[in-house]
Amino acid sequence: MAQTRKSQLVDPLIDNNPITLQVLGICSALAVTSSLKVALVMAIAVTLVTAFSSMFISMLRNQIPSSIRIIVQMVIIASLVILVDQVLKAYAYDISKTLSVFVGLIITNCIVMGRAEAFAMSNPPVASFVDGVGNGLGYGLILMVVGVIRELFGSGSLFGITILETVNNGGWYVPNGLLLLPPSAFFVIGLLIWAIRAWKPGQVEEREYKIQSVEAH
Amino acid sequence: MSDTNANKGMIRRFLDMPPDSTVKTVTVAVVLCLVASMIVSAAAVSLRPVQENNRLRDKQRNVLEVAGVYEPGMNIAEAFSDFEPHVLELATGEFTDQYEIDTFEELATSGDPALVRALDEDPAGLGGTQQIFQMVYILRDDAGAIDKVVLPIEGYGLWSTLYGFIALEENGNDIYGLQFYQQGETPGLGAEVDNPRWKALWNGKKLRDEDGTLQITVAKQPPPAGQDYYIDALAGATLTSRGVDNLVRFWMGEQGYGPFLERLKAGEI
Repeated sequence: MAQTRKSQLVDPLIDNNPITLQVLGICSALAVTSSLKVALVMAIAVTLVTAFSSMFISMLRNQIPSSIRIIVQMVIIASLVILVDQVLKAYAYDISKTLSVFVGLIITNCIVMGRAEAFAMSNPPVASFVDGVGNGLGYGLILMVVGVIRELFGSGSLFGITILETVNNGGWYVPNGLLLLPPSAFFVIGLLIWAIRAWKPGQVEEREYKIQSVEAH
Repeated sequence: MSDTNANKGMIRRFLDMPPDSTVKTVTVAVVLCLVASMIVSAAAVSLRPVQENNRLRDKQRNVLEVAGVYEPGMNIAEAFSDFEPHVLELATGEFTDQYEIDTFEELATSGDPALVRALDEDPAGLGGTQQIFQMVYILRDDAGAIDKVVLPIEGYGLWSTLYGFIALEENGNDIYGLQFYQQGETPGLGAEVDNPRWKALWNGKKLRDEDGTLQITVAKQPPPAGQDYYIDALAGATLTSRGVDNLVRFWMGEQGYGPFLERLKAGEI
């Protein structure tokens, strides 16, 4: 694999983005993007977990029996996630309160498992670590973009700082309540995927079927 | 061959084993689980004091906030020491010395069946049981007379159990404030129970009318009893509002702090 370290970091941002191209990790992207602060912490947590789990799995890759490899990966990922959760509870209590169950759900984030299985199992530790960081950043980038749209138009603020004064607080802006609900992230992510694929048509998947043209009589 | 050599030999031989052999599969699974569980438990045990402290501070800060004495940056532990904690028996409305204040919280969350009673009716959605004892806080003024009482309340909203405090004036009927410190309601809709503007609505409302009937209501329309007993429901959060209505009425009623509030009103505390 002739990937340079830099391309390992940069590729997952747009060209091989885990959310918009690989369409992984959607469920947590729906859940945590209604406020930017939470999305940022989640992005950092996922990046750390992906990077370190990839590294550890890669270190053990020659010893992991293939029949139980998924479980071995899960154990490593789960342990790291619990560590992150415990540290957040100890040193960032307010944020861990808002993230609540979603930190635990990093375990089920397909990006972490996907990178472990697809990359770390067949690459050396440092490359796997960088790959994990890159994919975490790609995930984080989409989270932040979705978070900006949802928080700005859903609650009129960014990082909790009021930008558009909402009617509830005596201002003029009527917030779009839909954007605060998880389904809106589907629409935003869908539009993002559309925009990126319009910009880079190479990402468009080939159809799995072709409509046959009917011959004229 | 010495022991060290034998050991080295064993580890070497183990590493060289094909990963898919049964021995290796079992060994890898066992060793990995042991190592992982050791790391996780070490982290949990070593960080627990800090976490407990955070939880405690958070709860204390909420008591201060609901009683209107919190200022950002203040020393929470010091300000909190002005509050007098008591363990209250709900049914009698009397304080009990049966339990140590410091260890009561831990005991109350331990799920000891002796500390809970079954509920026939459970409007607040507590899961069919209710704690017999509650930790309440009393704030006295400089002369030593009761200024405010802070009572813990909880109940089910739409998605989650809301945990909070209600602060009452010394007559046990006028509400000073209400605040939830833990809830998982819909952001922007039900989670607006945390909105300062909505919380401010509670200030100055009354629980009971002159006849002693519980009138406080969270609703879309003012009740017949009038504005003094009426909190405007949250727009777009009918079920959360109904949950708050139910839980406030439950905790302020006979099954909740009713007997205590009677005694407070009569000046027996």
